[in-house]
Amino acid sequence: MIKIKVLGSGCANCKRLEATTRKVVEALGIEAEIEKVTDYAEIMKYPILSTPGLVVNEKLVAAGRIPSEAEITDWLKA
Amino acid sequence: MYQPLTQPNQKPQLRTFALLALITAAWFAAYNLIQPLADWISYSVFNLTRGSHVGDAVAFFLYDVPKIMLLLSGMIFLISILRSFFSPERTRALLGGKRQGIGNVLAAMLGIVTPFCSCSAVPLFIGFVESGIPLGVTFSFLIAAPTINEVAVVMLFGLFGWKVAGLYIASGLVIAIVAGIVIGRLNLERYVEDFVWKMQSNGVGLTEKPTWTERIERAWDSVKEIVYKVWPYVLVGIAIGAAIHGYVPESALVGIMGKQAWWSVPAAVLLGVPLYSNAAGAIPIVSALMEKGASLGTVLAFMMSVVGLSLPEVIILRRVLKPQLIAVFVGTVAFAIILTGYLFNLVL
Repeated sequence: MIKIKVLGSGCANCKRLEATTRKVVEALGIEAEIEKVTDYAEIMKYPILSTPGLVVNEKLVAAGRIPSEAEITDWLKA
Repeated sequence: MYQPLTQPNQKPQLRTFALLALITAAWFAAYNLIQPLADWISYSVFNLTRGSHVGDAVAFFLYDVPKIMLLLSGMIFLISILRSFFSPERTRALLGGKRQGIGNVLAAMLGIVTPFCSCSAVPLFIGFVESGIPLGVTFSFLIAAPTINEVAVVMLFGLFGWKVAGLYIASGLVIAIVAGIVIGRLNLERYVEDFVWKMQSNGVGLTEKPTWTERIERAWDSVKEIVYKVWPYVLVGIAIGAAIHGYVPESALVGIMGKQAWWSVPAAVLLGVPLYSNAAGAIPIVSALMEKGASLGTVLAFMMSVVGLSLPEVIILRRVLKPQLIAVFVGTVAFAIILTGYLFNLVL
């Protein structure tokens, strides 16, 4: 099971990133737990300077932008 | 297996560049067609009289809307490509170990080119301060980044010309540098929320180097995103501007928005604060007002207040700053903007 975290305090881009991630998870048909992290103290535990951020299995893979579905697919498969 | 590995990557890249060249050519063709097309529709199709109130207003609207939309798409694309070479992580590394003064100047300049959204102000602030960048230098960045906003600069360029756009960028830089130095000198570190100082350093962050295809794709995405967000404001703003252009008599506003009206600058700054994110709608209206006698200093002060002093950003920053520091921040920036407004009214 993959653990995914979407970092960001509820801005429009954070919601879009979460939606894209859910779409990819569904398309891949994998089992994943998606958690939204909105608390800044929690967010800042990752090396991040701009939101939204995407964390896959505790590793920060994207920050400050909305990655494409293809990119997210690659990270989830790896 | 038999082919060299680079082969499959080269083709999409080539296709992207070819497509880009095609779009660029279409862009220039369209840009040159706007004026004749707007005139033709207003004066031939609608059969309006040249020089009449309605005719002028309609021609103005039909010319300005496509012009601004084309300029916005083209320039935002170029700016996004430029910004793909910068990131908050790189900016933080560049600012590390810089003293006050030089640090403020560099921070303000990096504020223009670093991709930044005010929704990220908190992680950025924490990340900067925690890595040892002085408070005043961090503020220079946080003032310049939203104030010298790409939509505002492109629209100023489209409706006022490059001189006003340049003046706007220059005064935005000076305000960010000076306000940052002032805040730094006041030693206000104790007014940063305590939890910020307790945070552990969290490493250097992501460093990715996108390919050209990725840069172009992402730039295209940001064009779509920004145009989708601002077009209603542009439309409404230009419609109101067109009405003012056609119907308000020449120099009707000299009395209330001209140089002689001393209170017009602070009034413009106050009026600008609640208009956050509506730079796209405000600029066309302001451009028409200037035509009718409003002075440039007042107009620039208004513009900077619209983008630089935004209520949502202040609310976001309240998470990391105590009220006293928020007050100093807003007060210093407002004071600097008002001063700039007077200065331009005096000089120009």
